[in-house]
Amino acid sequence: MNEFCFADCLEIRELTGKKADDEAKLLELIEEASLDSIYYHTHSYFLRHFYIVGPYPNDFANWVAIQVRDKVLGEKLSGVTPSPSHDLESVRNELAEIIDDHLASIRAIPSVIFGHSFYFMTSKIIEVPTEHRVNNLKEFREALAVVHASAIYNHLFEARMRVRRGKSDFALWLDEVLGLKELARQIENIDAYMYSLEGLRKKILSLCDRQLEHMS
Amino acid sequence: MTANDNIKFASYRDVAPPGTMDLAYKLSEGLQGKTMLHVNSTRWGGGVAEMLHRIIPLLRDLGLDVRWDVIEGSSEFYQVTKAFHNALQGEQQDISPAMYEAYKETNKKNARKMDLNADLVVIHDPQPAALVEKKKKKVPWLWRCHIDASHPQRRVWNFLKDYVSRYDGAIFSLPDFAQKLDISQILMYPSIDPLSDKNRDLTPQEIEAAIGEFNIPRDKPIILQVSRFDRFKDPIGVIQAYQMIKAGNDCRLILAGGGAADDPEGRAVLDEVKSAAAQDKDIIILDLPPDAHLVINALQRIATIVLQKSLKEGFGLTVAEAMWKGKPVIGGFVGGITVQIAYGQTGYTVHSPEGCAYRIRYLLNNPELARRMGEQAREFTRRNFLITRHLCDYLALLKTYIG
Repeated sequence: MNEFCFADCLEIRELTGKKADDEAKLLELIEEASLDSIYYHTHSYFLRHFYIVGPYPNDFANWVAIQVRDKVLGEKLSGVTPSPSHDLESVRNELAEIIDDHLASIRAIPSVIFGHSFYFMTSKIIEVPTEHRVNNLKEFREALAVVHASAIYNHLFEARMRVRRGKSDFALWLDEVLGLKELARQIENIDAYMYSLEGLRKKILSLCDRQLEHMS
Repeated sequence: MTANDNIKFASYRDVAPPGTMDLAYKLSEGLQGKTMLHVNSTRWGGGVAEMLHRIIPLLRDLGLDVRWDVIEGSSEFYQVTKAFHNALQGEQQDISPAMYEAYKETNKKNARKMDLNADLVVIHDPQPAALVEKKKKKVPWLWRCHIDASHPQRRVWNFLKDYVSRYDGAIFSLPDFAQKLDISQILMYPSIDPLSDKNRDLTPQEIEAAIGEFNIPRDKPIILQVSRFDRFKDPIGVIQAYQMIKAGNDCRLILAGGGAADDPEGRAVLDEVKSAAAQDKDIIILDLPPDAHLVINALQRIATIVLQKSLKEGFGLTVAEAMWKGKPVIGGFVGGITVQIAYGQTGYTVHSPEGCAYRIRYLLNNPELARRMGEQAREFTRRNFLITRHLCDYLALLKTYIG
């Protein structure tokens, strides 16, 4: 089977019942949270922001910057970006080390005064195959333009991190089935954490257009 | 008739985000003929009934066999559940043992005569929560809590918790509303219906027909707040914010709402609002009936900026309604308003009349930014707060529990 089948996804969000009101509690709960919860707060962000990019690409950074109003720690946490070589346990460790170092360098523990608590969540992802099955780049481009934005999340982030295919499904298929190594590399090199899902759709479409133009 | 079966899912194709229709159809494929039962406390009036009237026909149109039943009780029962409602929202209430008994007895009576057979049962809010005593082991039951139960009166919550913990899961509208429970707690945002009278597109003629009687001049920007005359909605704070900027930024303020006709406190708040507005002819106060959906829709459409400066709020769907009409919204930093407004992108959340005044001034003087925010607000709402998303959430739950 050489065709690529787009699959949407839906997320059922679950509350774990754990919440932090200050940065020390946040650290404690990050250390004991399930990896699913770490994943949720560093990735599912995209499924909640199809259209708009938030200030930082993970919930922890956004919470300390916006709710606790500790922009210094927000900036430090903003750089924690998972990658295939940087698994979720490493992500947890890095988050914990940054917060620990930060707390060691200040006198009082920053806490929420006017903002909201940080609620630790987790999620179940339901994959829903679509009718969009494609066999070449032109068809791929056409389908990508119309699928639900969750399909982009599913094939980029879920494939890389939760399903642990190492690369995005898009890059794997374009490289291994269509032999479009350069396009696959370009898609794999997109700094996906800097975009909304709609932004990613546009970016990948433009790379496909350039490739199609080159091929014509 | 239990819901408006004229509503068809296909009608949403032009308003749903790309791919949503296909996603819903695909999800429903494995659920054809599955039965689902919703039980709440009223057929008419209130946000829950309004939502069920819209979402049940859509689930049916997708091939599910969905029923809706309503718990029935005496006026004493409704007094008890009103007290429960207030106690769960943090107000001190005196609930006697006899009142708890009345609650249990009414639920038992209803359970005896209701057909509770379905593949999935969803019980809405505390009134029918005790029906769970009739739950069959293999049938999943979910408790959908629509109210802000973040700081409940402990005794009432402990009483209800005995029932809630027998469910397979509880659904809350915001993380803050959830409680410590041993069952799974699911987060599901409420939604608005883009095709309802409150939100559908209106022609200029329809707008005129809806609000012509109020003779609202359109010669200056309009700042609007739509909400009950209730202190938690801070109408006085809204007037203060308007008064702070009025001298340098000519505009008109409309405060539109209801709740004054049958509620003594609402009447008192309305009097305070009128007094605060004093003789300013640019403040228009409209006391509307509960079914003034087209009027509210039209007002939101003629507004330049919409406010929801609440001091306490559940989810506050008037924010999503205004955003759907492409308006930037300035809201109080409370409840679901903080989820609906993407700060600096679809509007602003504020903590004070001064903060509200500053943001009104800022947007009035940056009309291009306000226009762009309005556009983003509409798209943000399209993807996050429309009934099409809500429908997919329910389908995902069905898939998880019975698919």
